[in-house]
Amino acid sequence: MQVVIRDGEFDPYAELQAYQQTTLTPGRYGSVVSFVGTLRDMHEGMAVSAMSLEHYPGMTERQIAKVCQEAAERWSLDDMLVVHRVGEILPAEPIVLVAVWSSHRVDGFEACRYIINFLKQRAPFWKQEQLADGKRWVEGNTIDVGADALASNGGAQ
Amino acid sequence: MKVTVRYFASLREQMGRAEDVLSVEGDVLTVAELWRGYISSQPMGQNILIAVNMEYANVDVQVHDGDEVAFFPPVTGG
Repeated sequence: MQVVIRDGEFDPYAELQAYQQTTLTPGRYGSVVSFVGTLRDMHEGMAVSAMSLEHYPGMTERQIAKVCQEAAERWSLDDMLVVHRVGEILPAEPIVLVAVWSSHRVDGFEACRYIINFLKQRAPFWKQEQLADGKRWVEGNTIDVGADALASNGGAQ
Repeated sequence: MKVTVRYFASLREQMGRAEDVLSVEGDVLTVAELWRGYISSQPMGQNILIAVNMEYANVDVQVHDGDEVAFFPPVTGG
């Protein structure tokens, strides 16, 4: 498992491939599931020209690692990689990568969703948008309504 | 005892500083007592989150010498 906080641009697909090549054993895993979050140029009807992302060094990595450990306890996983940017970000740039390797796809899909959802709830980051008329702190994260529905249908445990 | 207090994001802007290093009487006090006694006469905001030594905590958690306490608004990463 690796958790990386990156100040500056990154290519999530290159990161995934590099980690897979150096750390995973080919043929062992049957599934790779990944999520990439990117910055949109509009939020609540207003144009966003840039975003700055603050974090709490030490606590951020720790809380993300905790979420990954929880996922590893609930599902059968081979490995996980999380890369998250901090600092100044421009529209269309990637903000976060979550990648999960497993034998089977259900574990991968559910663990990947769990990790990004709980990262959003618990990891200490704060986004500030640059709008036409000044800066605005983002107030809250959007919720994954479907995740609860999946849980109540009895996902892989 | 010595306690380091950190503020983040919009709360940091409100407080006008990122950090306080406080000399506190006694060996232990709760986060609530620390806020009331050493940080502000204003009540802590309703949705302010608390961490003690980088783990989430609440106002009743005890703080000891050398601890780092952080206060911050709801998180918005990912």
